[in-house]
Amino acid sequence: MSDTLAQPSSGRHSSRAEHRRAAVLGAGQTHHRSKRPDVSIAGLCREAVDRALADAGLGLGDIDAVVVGKAPDLFEGVMMPELYLADALGATGKPLLRVHTAGSVGGATGVVAASLVQAGLHRRVLAVAFEKQSESNAMWALSIMPPFSMPLLAGAGGYFAPHIRSYIRRSGAPAHIGALVAVKDRRNGARNPYAHLRQPDITLESVQASPMLWDPVRYDETCPSSDGACAVVIGDQAAAEASARPVAWIRATSMRTEPTMFAGKDNVNPRAGADAAAALWARAGISSPIDEIDVAEIYVPFSWFEPMWLENLGFAAAGDGWKLTQAGETEIGGRIPVNPSGGVLCSNPIGASGLLRFAESAMQVMGTAGEHQVPGAKTALGHAYGGGSQYFSMWVVADSPD
Amino acid sequence: MSDVAVIGFAEAPNVRSTDGTTNGVEMLVPIFREVFEQTGLTKSDVGFWCSGSSDYLAGRAFSFVSAVDAIGAFPPVMESHVEMDGAFALYEAWVKVLTGEADIALAYGFGKSSAGDLRRVLALQLDPYLMAPLWPDSVAVAALQARLGLDQGLWTERAMAEVAVRSRAAAMSNARAQLSGQVSAEELLAAPMLADPLRAHDCAPVTDGAAVVIIAAADRARELCERPAWISGFEHRIDSGQLGARDLTRSASAAAAGTAAAAGAVGAAGAVGVDVAELHAPFTHQELILRDALGLAEPVLVNPSGGALAGNPLFAAGLARIGHAARQIISGAADRALGHATSGPALQQNLVCVMEAR
Repeated sequence: MSDTLAQPSSGRHSSRAEHRRAAVLGAGQTHHRSKRPDVSIAGLCREAVDRALADAGLGLGDIDAVVVGKAPDLFEGVMMPELYLADALGATGKPLLRVHTAGSVGGATGVVAASLVQAGLHRRVLAVAFEKQSESNAMWALSIMPPFSMPLLAGAGGYFAPHIRSYIRRSGAPAHIGALVAVKDRRNGARNPYAHLRQPDITLESVQASPMLWDPVRYDETCPSSDGACAVVIGDQAAAEASARPVAWIRATSMRTEPTMFAGKDNVNPRAGADAAAALWARAGISSPIDEIDVAEIYVPFSWFEPMWLENLGFAAAGDGWKLTQAGETEIGGRIPVNPSGGVLCSNPIGASGLLRFAESAMQVMGTAGEHQVPGAKTALGHAYGGGSQYFSMWVVADSPD
Repeated sequence: MSDVAVIGFAEAPNVRSTDGTTNGVEMLVPIFREVFEQTGLTKSDVGFWCSGSSDYLAGRAFSFVSAVDAIGAFPPVMESHVEMDGAFALYEAWVKVLTGEADIALAYGFGKSSAGDLRRVLALQLDPYLMAPLWPDSVAVAALQARLGLDQGLWTERAMAEVAVRSRAAAMSNARAQLSGQVSAEELLAAPMLADPLRAHDCAPVTDGAAVVIIAAADRARELCERPAWISGFEHRIDSGQLGARDLTRSASAAAAGTAAAAGAVGAAGAVGVDVAELHAPFTHQELILRDALGLAEPVLVNPSGGALAGNPLFAAGLARIGHAARQIISGAADRALGHATSGPALQQNLVCVMEAR
């Protein structure tokens, strides 16, 4: 147990309102696959944790607390798996929190870990998120019939397709925009050695020839079901300044929730997402996101959510998001590169997908994204959403603290 | 850490079974109303919400998603959820207040334990590869723990029964308790074994319930509550999930959390230095383990609410312990109080919240 645990750090007695700085010290992820029978759940998590610690130049002994995130426990058939994972995550004898905010959970995991540092409670916190979807079947685990709730029918695609049709009708977007997103993301994924789907040769024609799953979402416009994990080490200002490696300073975090269904719910442009983004930009001191954000990792499980979230986040006016996609502005080299890692369309270990967005945004400003690096990226957005477009978590990271 | 306090608490009646859904809304709406009446607050005053619940208990994915309907979360709210007891949701809420992002935060927990076969559901908390396939249920695991202590002479079946006697007697003053009454150790010890060496009185009942706690930053707390329960220490630790890898007769994580939480208290007398402690001990022998780990001896009053043995709504019972402990301070009955929550098989994870009057 580290000294910071045995003794409350002196900082916690000082003023509450003083928002302390925090930074990503290192990030790691697994090779995402549809099935990882070579590792247990613990082995999968540890693969990501070891890479994150190596990236930060730290060991498990340097970690003061652990935050674990994953989506429903029914996906693996283990109730509160963090209890069994305590040893493998190096959490034994330390504080361990388990976050679950539906599909946004990976993002929420990053936000909670950041809060533990910003509150002055810990020097270094490990955030870990995972899903080993091959242990069960996520689509049918989601196709439940709870009382008084709209059934998801056959998985999330069945739930979201009507919202996409509504977006197309409202915005007048051409029918091929979704396929353009799929082509870009799958080609980006081919540059990411950890991506599950790596398809350098995919074309607009091949996407449009793929089977229709939930009109208008085709097979190639849908996220895969992946086994995978992601880990991030978040440190306080002293830890960040002591790091010999580049760090990603957390400029702002934001979370918002609204109910699944209510009179007046806008499923295309949900207010919870817009409110979360407005709070995020205000806290980060950003007035024009498209001009001030160099790269965005946005949670896009179905292709059309790229233009929808570009609008919800304020990168484009309502109805105009698809124009950025169509003009190629969301490609690497464009005005606002979106998902250079390939995003959720290339890898979707659900519980980890949000933290992957957060980690990839950090990697961009640390300059460690390798072949999918956006040249000169200094400020980046990580974004996640979940439930029926009702849970939103996001952060802005940058290469400097202010 | 001088500046966050518990200012309100409410819990649903602890009952064997409710007719409501597993998403908790029917239990939550009345206690939200109650805690808002206590504090004079409305939902729009709450800067951060955090809940604790379990999909496995509810038997469905995303059970907490429908629970936000109890809030009426529109306009949207800043909100989070832990797949843990509501006590850990309170911890996350406390962290959020410490960062300065919220002045008032509300934590709630809910659980409809009656929805499934609780003992078997909890077996799925064990190592999924090596232990869970053997289906040692939660009562059997606790029985192994109790047996280890009996065989080592650390406690006796009578001492265990006396814990139950005190719990039920104390619960007579708690209108929301599930089990209460005057019984003698002799009567209890005459009952048959449920899972040797545990008798029914050694095990918390299966309970449906929910709890809510509101905390506030310094200025707001003084304004909203005559005698706030100031949080002087809030800590939690976890032990190994491998039952064979730790000494089940002790709780290293409770001791570590207690020591760290006590470090924040001013002028602490005794190990943790409290007048009253509310312990989340779902089995009689676990209260004995926790008393030892936290250094609670006479004259510390333990579980004036009756504790988890008088009602154990999973994912709310730990939060309720903190609420009951805070109520002791708010009412003027105590100057320093401790609330405790546990999670996982055989006291694997433990949280301690120490509060004081100022």
